[in-house]
Amino acid sequence: MSGDLVLAVGGLGISIATDDGVARVLDHVDLRIPRGRIVGVVGESGCGKSTLVRAILGILPRAAQVERGTILLGGEDLLHLSQRELTRRIRGKEISFIPQDPYLALNPVFSVGTQLLEIMRWHAGAGDNGDASRQGHRARLVELLRAVQIPDPEVALERYPHQFSGGQRQRVLIAGALACRPRLVIADEPTSALDVTTQLQILRLLRDLTNRFGVSMLFVTHDFGVVAQLCDEVMVMYAGQSVEAGRTAEILDRPRHPYTQMLIACHPDRTHDLTGIPGTVASPLAAPSGCRFHPRCPSARAVCSAARPSAVVEAAGHEVSCVLYHGPVSHV
Amino acid sequence: MLVLRKFARDTSGMVGLVIVLLTAVVAALAPRLAPHPLDAYESHPAERLQEPSRPHPLGTDNLGRDVLSRVILGARAALTIAVLVVAGAMLIGVPLGLVAGYHRGWVPEIIMRVTDVFLAVPQLILALALAQLLGPSLKNAMLALTLTYWPFFTRIVFAETRRIRVSVFVEALEGLNAGARRVMFLHILPNAAPPIIVRATIGMGFTILSAAVLGFLGMGATPPDPEWGLAISESRQYLPEAWWFATFPGIAIFLVVFGFNLLGDGLRDVVDPRLRRSR
Amino acid sequence: MSERVILAVEGLETLLGGERRLLGRERPPVRAVAGVSLALRENEILGIVGESGCGKSTLGRTILGIQRETTGTIRLDGRTVSGLGPRAARRARRDIQYLHQDAAAALDPWWSIGRSIEEALVISGVGSRAERKARIDRMLAAVGLEPALKRRYPHELSGGQLRRVTLARVLVLAPRIVILDEPTSGLDLSVQATVLGLIRELLAEFRLTYLFISHDLSVVEEMCDRVAIMYLGRIVELADTRQLFEAPAHPYTRMLLASAPRLATGQDLGAIPIHGEPPSPTAVPSGCAFRTRCPHEIALCADALPTLEPVVHGREVACHRWRDLAAAPVTSARRAP
Repeated sequence: MSGDLVLAVGGLGISIATDDGVARVLDHVDLRIPRGRIVGVVGESGCGKSTLVRAILGILPRAAQVERGTILLGGEDLLHLSQRELTRRIRGKEISFIPQDPYLALNPVFSVGTQLLEIMRWHAGAGDNGDASRQGHRARLVELLRAVQIPDPEVALERYPHQFSGGQRQRVLIAGALACRPRLVIADEPTSALDVTTQLQILRLLRDLTNRFGVSMLFVTHDFGVVAQLCDEVMVMYAGQSVEAGRTAEILDRPRHPYTQMLIACHPDRTHDLTGIPGTVASPLAAPSGCRFHPRCPSARAVCSAARPSAVVEAAGHEVSCVLYHGPVSHV
Repeated sequence: MLVLRKFARDTSGMVGLVIVLLTAVVAALAPRLAPHPLDAYESHPAERLQEPSRPHPLGTDNLGRDVLSRVILGARAALTIAVLVVAGAMLIGVPLGLVAGYHRGWVPEIIMRVTDVFLAVPQLILALALAQLLGPSLKNAMLALTLTYWPFFTRIVFAETRRIRVSVFVEALEGLNAGARRVMFLHILPNAAPPIIVRATIGMGFTILSAAVLGFLGMGATPPDPEWGLAISESRQYLPEAWWFATFPGIAIFLVVFGFNLLGDGLRDVVDPRLRRSR
Repeated sequence: MSERVILAVEGLETLLGGERRLLGRERPPVRAVAGVSLALRENEILGIVGESGCGKSTLGRTILGIQRETTGTIRLDGRTVSGLGPRAARRARRDIQYLHQDAAAALDPWWSIGRSIEEALVISGVGSRAERKARIDRMLAAVGLEPALKRRYPHELSGGQLRRVTLARVLVLAPRIVILDEPTSGLDLSVQATVLGLIRELLAEFRLTYLFISHDLSVVEEMCDRVAIMYLGRIVELADTRQLFEAPAHPYTRMLLASAPRLATGQDLGAIPIHGEPPSPTAVPSGCAFRTRCPHEIALCADALPTLEPVVHGREVACHRWRDLAAAPVTSARRAP
């Protein structure tokens, strides 16, 4: 996938020291987010998507060790930046975050306006010469709240979090995420705590806003249905490895990797035969060598446990990391 | 076991455990450990107020009794009081808290108001009153302490029971038609145990302290009991020359109470059902 | 699925909360269930679908009996079992059991799995130690768990295993009706598939009947024979699954189906306008509760509460305008046939 990339994660490997040993949480993860697109990251529990998000935001736990790989934000490797630089320049400004639970993300004792203004002022000092005055910030916030369809934005700024509904709180957080004109917004399951109809409204909003403001989005979810509704592209993760990536329609209609195929086949929309995938996900403390799916894969061969297969381009923009596709095709 | 391993990592908790165990051992073997066990009751006026020396490492008191022996023997008294008072308070307080927390309506109201009344009574005042009524003795002191300590347990257990009562697994048990007693004692109680255990442990320390105060005031142990508080009381008039008489019982009180507090704090982090493992 | 009705609910209402104080404002109770009638047929899976505040959980708990109904009747096999306090109700409705949404939370963390399952039998006073052991082992096998797991504690098991454990605990009591409250919530897709497959097997093996509460329309379409859509304490549509998904009659049903994340490409997010969020059950609009969000509202909707009318045999809608809307086409992404 050539073209303008906002974020490019290459071969990321992260381990975390725990009481029970070293957990190789991420083994090899590639992720590409082109400008102005919404890219979904989907995977089951234990796949490492939370760790990936934290690595990009630079908020990994102390016991985590980046073993290899790069996280390039427009050419700059975030892994080489200090915490100071990350806090000042990147987090909240270049890359912002929409968390999963809107109830927990807002401080209940401050008005919504106070909290959002604080974020803007904190980042404004770092050289952004836009509307650096308080008035300017406020005006921009009102515009943003209008953009996220909060009624009466002027009044809303004075209200407290508990006076909003769940969907509205999430909209407020989205406004906050866009406040400092980020290049990339990371949304971590932002709708899983919401009702289905509210979820659709939020997804629509996210789609509109990314188009309107030209922001790129990384959308983490476990729900393939939401990926189908919202994401332009998707990357599938399994046990700390990225296994497949490409345009959503491609992946859903013609999945290549055995894991993706079996996973999609589990969805009630695709099957009457409900059996799941045999076996269980291995713990990162004792991860299988090579391709981590090989113990459960019906097409596994000897070479699968030797080394993780490199990514191969199958169709336009469709990458698979599986030896089944290693042949006379171009390697990435 | 995993519990011990996790606990071992908490230094202060371990220190507390060591102190408490040591005290327990000393208390258990007191007559054998004390170099002059008969000094619990016998006096040797000829040897009174001697400085710490080889035959008497901690000196002698006003009646010539070996301070070291009396401190060791005092450990037995201290622990006995602590265990009896805390056990008694738990026996009264815990079931009341469970019943009050489980039910709705007037039953919890009554129980909690009675609890409030007892909470309002200061320990020492009650002890003094009882001493007046029934005569000063160790038994009355323990009674007073128990009667003023049980409300603390009731309050914690009430709060915990209220919290656990609305858990999903209690609702599941109701779905299975479990009766009130089963739910209270077999399910809510174990889940409420952590704060109870912590409170009980720290309570042991406080009880020893309170008993010492009562002994000091003459409202608890009576001469010639080798109780620490009583010893300090008796030693007052010989300060500061015969410093050893007051100091060593004082250090003993400090160490033991401190030990229980550390142990209680250490237990707080460790009593967690997730550390239970199948064998 | 036979036609025999084993559970008949009529005019069920449950009021929750509501405080009367000596001083200060009275807090009025909430009508969590505001008049529900349904007939559960033997061996069927009846889905109850709705969003937050619709009352589906309260309905489940009321039918189970731990929540006492305010009015209405419940008949189990013709026997009236309503009008009883929680303990008496549970005794009378022993044939009904409940599977909680959060399987991990439904087990006492201090009790081993085996003891938790056995307790269900002990409370019911079933047989001797040996008989209980036999039943438990048989049920564990039926749900695909090894007997060795009996000694484990809840925190040592995975989400899928815990779900099976709670299933076993419910099944050892040989119920006839099981109320499943979001049985796949929190489970990974692959585990969900296995659990759903198991639930289906058990239905056949033990001749059960399910009341399947869920908000996941993909799962409901796959698993349920009939579906009831709830909104703010009432059923607004009841139909065979196929009919409901092919031609939804109620505007809310259409809105739900359009919002559901389906595994289909090319879904049009803007197909059906969605206004507002589900109102709080403390402030229910007059007349039809859905009218504040309905694109087809007319004056009548505010004045009169629509009741469930039969459309065809076995199909009911509660909407004043369903006939008008039946003519209009519906776009909603569905599974490929």
